[in-house]
Amino acid sequence: MTDATANPVQPDGRKHGSLLQQDARIKRRNASEARFKFYGILAVATGLFFLVALLWAIISNGTGAFSQTYLTVQVELLESKLDKKGNRDIADIKKVSTFGYTPLIQDALLKEVQDRGIETEFAKKKDMKALISASAAAQVRDHVIANPDLIGQTVEFRVLASSRVDGYLKDRVSRESVARDKNISPAHLDLTDALVEAGVIKKIFNLDFILGSDASDTRPEAAGMGVSMLGSLFMMLVVLGLSLPIGVAASIYLEEFAPQNRWTDLIEVNISNLAAVPSIVFGILGLAVFIQFAHLPQSAPLVGGLVLTLMTLPTIIIATRASLKAVPPSIRDAALGVGASKMQSVFHHVLPLAAPGILTGTIIGLAQALGETAPLLLIGMVGFIASNYPEGVLDGFVAPNSAMPAQIYEWAKRADPAFYERAWGGIIILLVFLITMNIIAIILRRRFERRW
Amino acid sequence: MNDMRIVERKVDANEVKISARTCQVYYGDTHAIKDVDVDIQDKTVTAFIGPSGCGKSTFLRCLNRMNDTIDICRVEGDIHLDGEDIYDPKVDPVQLRAKVGMVFQKPNPFPKSIYDNIAYGPRIHGLAKTKADLDEIVEKSLRRGAIWDEVKDRLHAPGTGLSGGQQQRLCIARAIATEPEVLLMDEPCSALDPIATAQVEELIDELRARYSVVIVTHSMQQAARVSQKTAFFHLGNLVEFGETGQIFTNPQDPRTESYITGRIG
Repeated sequence: MTDATANPVQPDGRKHGSLLQQDARIKRRNASEARFKFYGILAVATGLFFLVALLWAIISNGTGAFSQTYLTVQVELLESKLDKKGNRDIADIKKVSTFGYTPLIQDALLKEVQDRGIETEFAKKKDMKALISASAAAQVRDHVIANPDLIGQTVEFRVLASSRVDGYLKDRVSRESVARDKNISPAHLDLTDALVEAGVIKKIFNLDFILGSDASDTRPEAAGMGVSMLGSLFMMLVVLGLSLPIGVAASIYLEEFAPQNRWTDLIEVNISNLAAVPSIVFGILGLAVFIQFAHLPQSAPLVGGLVLTLMTLPTIIIATRASLKAVPPSIRDAALGVGASKMQSVFHHVLPLAAPGILTGTIIGLAQALGETAPLLLIGMVGFIASNYPEGVLDGFVAPNSAMPAQIYEWAKRADPAFYERAWGGIIILLVFLITMNIIAIILRRRFERRW
Repeated sequence: MNDMRIVERKVDANEVKISARTCQVYYGDTHAIKDVDVDIQDKTVTAFIGPSGCGKSTFLRCLNRMNDTIDICRVEGDIHLDGEDIYDPKVDPVQLRAKVGMVFQKPNPFPKSIYDNIAYGPRIHGLAKTKADLDEIVEKSLRRGAIWDEVKDRLHAPGTGLSGGQQQRLCIARAIATEPEVLLMDEPCSALDPIATAQVEELIDELRARYSVVIVTHSMQQAARVSQKTAFFHLGNLVEFGETGQIFTNPQDPRTESYITGRIG
């Protein structure tokens, strides 16, 4: 550019001007450098702004999922309703469905309202329905079946409040928004205010969101991440167990042993290409190969893990080969020079030096797999599938389950805004997992890093 | 070249250790070594000199088959160690390299402790049965490598923490720990300062008592100081091979003369 033009000779015959005075060319050059620095800072600032906005949005939308509104009521477990024969036969008790329990809970809440002298237009137990979660009856029923001796007594239960009440306490539901809501009326909200004051309704930390299972469309207040977290865990075990040994073995062979010829070139190009293949393609491949051809169970973490292994392998192979390449060749020469075989030089010297890079690559690959949704949609690991914990380890691999990102996706597309909050909360949990994995990667790299 | 000291030493033994006949090396289509015939004697320091790219390092690496690791490299002709063809298909290069140790241009200790650096070779070759044996080998090798006194108190410190000259002597000690018969050195002093170079040269002279040493060097003074035999390579040809004194004082080939007087190179 202009840099190439020669300095003009100064009037007094000297070739260069004063050092204290910048000539025009230097000024232009400095100005362009300053501009470039400014663009750089601007780019970094933009990135930071979006990051902060994203984090703020996630945290402000998602924290609500970590607290939940509960009602504390004294439920009278009437023998006449729950065990008509009176012989505490568990088979007879089980015959009573949740419909038998619902009135008891409503009754208990109405009694609570009346005992405390709260003024309200509601006098029938049916009117209490709007405040109580549909899953409360199931909770009480499960407890009674586990402890049949409680029948006939009055027991204190902490049951879930309905999602409208929960939303009201979290400012998601307002009096204006319930005006046309057939589930709840503004008068119910007045009653809620009174019950909060009386200490019957409380918002507490929501452990069930972290440990529990998904719930049906009508019960957002009962939905949790726990079971899909297990689904993700079992998938990651499959991914780690398969992709690490396969990936590392493939990389070591390609990097250290394979001859350089057209075939290995072809393999290399294809590994790089596979890393760029959209994940949904792996999903449909998994559907065709593992489910339709191999007849593995649908929606199982085993299949999900296999699909994600295919997806993670290129990442791990590329990272491993890069870290093997980064080991100085002088170390290989040194090992061969004292009479080590090729394999000894690789396993005694090259691999330990490459280990931090391999571990980092593996964990980054795993983190990528953990957050992957699209392939899981195609093999059916989505939706309201798992309401129970897997029974044992084998069941964990083959029983239908979901995974964290698929669960979040599922919540995000449901109609009730209460699920929307759940989705954000799920993203917080997922991010915590990813950050933890990245921190582990950093710690491992620091620990195993050796200088030479 | 007036300051050149030429060491006039009697060559102790005349037994041929390595003999190469019509040796050719190709890198792909490049003919890197052309028709080299050379006899390397036991208990002698043989220096390979020549301008950069003349093939002296390539030829050195043929002597313990380190060129096998380069895919496109092809070696033809005969190289015999104690009368056995080292390129015979039955020869395992790993066994060969235990007999023919190598020291590289850049000090390359393993990123392990000093002790483990020395013990690695004996361990993989099964030279030590007990821990005490291994300790003895390590001490003996470090003493022969003239570095024992400097490291005896910190055998478990990392070998990479030593100075450049110490690292190179550590690498020499590592190479002799497997009891080789021939020691190949590829410009062992090019990364060292003059003091470390002097130490390593002194060590090479001591090693001559036990091993056949082949050293590639860029420094003609070094060749003159440490070697008894010198081979001059030029453009892949072995131009002249003879007694070091004769090569430096009375070269037979005009190319050798030009090189040692600084006219080519």
